[in-house]
Amino acid sequence: MNKAEYILRKPFVKTLIAIVLGFLVAGIILVIAGYPPIESLKALFDGVFSSSKHLSNVIIKSTPLIMIGIGVAFAFKTGLFNIGAEGQFIIGCAAAVVVGIECDFHPVIQIPLVLLAGAVAGGLYGGFIGLLKARFGIHEVLTSIMMNWIALYFSNWVCNLDRYHKPDTLGTYTVNKSGYTKVLSEWKMTSEGKETLLESEFLTNTLLKTDVNIGIIVAIILAAIVSFLLFRTAKGYELRAVGFNKFAAEFAGINVNKNILHSMLISGAICGLAAALYITGNSPHSIATLSAFENYGFNGLSVCLIAASSPIGCIFAGLLFGGLIYGGQSMQYAVGAPSELINIVIGIIVFFVALTHVIPILFAKFSKGGKKHDK
Amino acid sequence: MANVSSEYAVQMHGITKRFGSFYALENMDLDVKRGTIHSLLGENGAGKSTLMNVLYGLYQADEGEIFVNGKKVDIKNPNVAIANGIGMVHQHFMLVDDFTVTQNIILGNETTSGLGVVDMKKARQQILEIVEKYGLEVDPDARVSDISVGMQQRVEILKTLYRGAELLILDEPTAVLTPQEIEELLTIMRNLINDGKAIIIITHKLKEIKASSDTCTIIRRGKYIDTIGVEHVTENELATLMVGHEVKLVVDKEPAKPGEVVFEIKNLIVKDDRKLDVVKDFNLQVRKGEIVGIAGIDGNGQKELMEAINCLRPAAGGEILVNGKPIANTTPRKVIDNGVSTIPEDRHKRGLVLDYTVNENAVLERYREAPFSKNGILNRKEIENFTKELIEEFDVRPDDCGPKRAAGLSGGNQQKVIIGREIAMDPDVLIAVQPTRGLDVGAIETVHKTLIRERDKGKAVLLISFELDEVMDVSDTIAVIYDGHIQDVFKQGTVDESTIGLLMAGGKGNE
Repeated sequence: MNKAEYILRKPFVKTLIAIVLGFLVAGIILVIAGYPPIESLKALFDGVFSSSKHLSNVIIKSTPLIMIGIGVAFAFKTGLFNIGAEGQFIIGCAAAVVVGIECDFHPVIQIPLVLLAGAVAGGLYGGFIGLLKARFGIHEVLTSIMMNWIALYFSNWVCNLDRYHKPDTLGTYTVNKSGYTKVLSEWKMTSEGKETLLESEFLTNTLLKTDVNIGIIVAIILAAIVSFLLFRTAKGYELRAVGFNKFAAEFAGINVNKNILHSMLISGAICGLAAALYITGNSPHSIATLSAFENYGFNGLSVCLIAASSPIGCIFAGLLFGGLIYGGQSMQYAVGAPSELINIVIGIIVFFVALTHVIPILFAKFSKGGKKHDK
Repeated sequence: MANVSSEYAVQMHGITKRFGSFYALENMDLDVKRGTIHSLLGENGAGKSTLMNVLYGLYQADEGEIFVNGKKVDIKNPNVAIANGIGMVHQHFMLVDDFTVTQNIILGNETTSGLGVVDMKKARQQILEIVEKYGLEVDPDARVSDISVGMQQRVEILKTLYRGAELLILDEPTAVLTPQEIEELLTIMRNLINDGKAIIIITHKLKEIKASSDTCTIIRRGKYIDTIGVEHVTENELATLMVGHEVKLVVDKEPAKPGEVVFEIKNLIVKDDRKLDVVKDFNLQVRKGEIVGIAGIDGNGQKELMEAINCLRPAAGGEILVNGKPIANTTPRKVIDNGVSTIPEDRHKRGLVLDYTVNENAVLERYREAPFSKNGILNRKEIENFTKELIEEFDVRPDDCGPKRAAGLSGGNQQKVIIGREIAMDPDVLIAVQPTRGLDVGAIETVHKTLIRERDKGKAVLLISFELDEVMDVSDTIAVIYDGHIQDVFKQGTVDESTIGLLMAGGKGNE
């Protein structure tokens, strides 16, 4: 294997090439659809990088995707395909809203309580899928998909309970302010706060104009914890052994079923935590009646794929995904390209990332072909 | 290298095959005369199969020429090979279980009468003619799933003959046969060469080369070593040529000094996945300081027996005792904790997590114990040091493989990792299932020596193997399994191969 090929086999390089290729093909599609490709993509980039306000919004948008990506990656590393992240996220949202409305303690208690509610709800919901797999051998994809729908309708039922439903709207009441995880949400609305922030353009753009919340810090810490858990602890060793080869794991005395259950519990809890942070950190701080999935879970799945199931990689993949979604809106304004087009662009990038292992093979083939001509 | 001549069924000259920068074959020569049996001898990974795959058109050589009957040919794919009268019988049979023998033979080469309707009658007639001619006893109307492995192999040979093969390549043809079936195969092979056909057998069993072949070409690390007339050399000389240095073929060991019974199986019954009893009223004792070998053909309950011992499968009846403590129907963990270590038959499925590093694999049963982890956190340094010792003690190559994926090791080295790991557990009972499967002569010697060394340390060793020679050579006590129960038990040296062969095939001894 020569050096170029070696570099190409590095996961990071592979992913980068895939993203570039994705943009190239996306450009071609823009041309076909009759939009100026350079201008459109420039609008997309400007929509992300032209202002710190945009960057701040991208981070806010990306946070739940990063966390769900980590949750799905966790299950992936242990050999399970948690397509139920969507359902675990919905259940986590519902639980956070219920607890956030019912309780009203000091933020020091309230915030952990609401986050815990989301994590526990998501964990139990995911754990149930793991239980069905461990106990009865039902494939997790099958149960996950059905559980997603159950979650959707359960959430709608909660939404329409008189106790939580806000009259004349589609949604619930907002959670109590004591549970908010926004940064300085109260203070920045006071005149004193406004004055202080307006002195700095950066702070105005990031803090005042957007709803900055603590989610991204939690997501980064979570990525570190999950990495440590998977790669440095005995439990992680067990989980990954089951994921790679459950027959050898079983033979070595590892309880395969217990680990399937644990893996889904943890994966679900991460998705539920993502949900609780989403509710407490983003307006409108409530849930609404859903007619279809909001795709947080499914987008999280794509994030995990782009990151090749690396928890740390999920941070970058999540930002990429959030950036595409957010920047895509600017593309819509600037050149009038429909939002479907930006979905196509995202799809193409994911598609190319999924094909990353083909790139070094193609490269090897081409370079070999070159050698043959030399002869 | 012989001159190109029509005397030769096939001649391969200067064959080179590269995979990336790795030379699987380098300037390899092979000349096979018509009317002879030619064996191709080499260790695992020496390039035997690659060479044959080139001949059969499954691979393209980067350099070199192939001549069939003195005529240069370009074998682009297996169809060209078949058209040139080359037939191959793979080690793993390629038969459709639910088809009859006749259907299998004509598959892909159907005799049709007009309009594409298969003319079974004519096909059957043609097959019977070949059967008669070479003494290939098969029932053309039997379903493949109902016939013995030996007969399935004859069907594979028939398939090649039906397609007009003049040169047959047999890949490890005796691996799955009983001694009696091997005899029959040799007779068939002789019938074939008497008719002017040529046969190449790929093997690393020296005894069979002596018994069957006229000529033998030795290949080592992809390079041609020598071609010799078999009658002039001994098995030891062949082994030396193959490995490149001298090897001991006979297992050296002191007489066993058996102590008390450590491991005992009483009236064990185990069901297979179809809920049929496959281990039936099975009884066996293994003493301290003794190797008990179970001889038998694959599929007589060995797999289920091993799984029941390791609690991967429930025991439907009976007891398994280690030092008097029952372990049946507990958990794999409990079995290990009670001092039973197993070298599993399938090292890729059960023995290793191939995607884990060698370091990680070395502690597969002990990652939770001190010093490998503390308070649930792995101690990588300790794991690394432990693996280093294991690699050194068992001569695992390459010696810096610790942080690399286990999948990258050769089969023999993977096996060394597993054996080293299991022995490091310091068990009371060591169970080895097919411990030398797919290993070459040098590695087999190491494995056998290790088993005997463990015996001498006072372990109870249970060896389950489909290789009769291995069981006969290594074991102090030989038990024969057939249809899920022990046919008979002998002390080493009190029984000959043919008696055991007969018992393995379901016959009664001494009758």
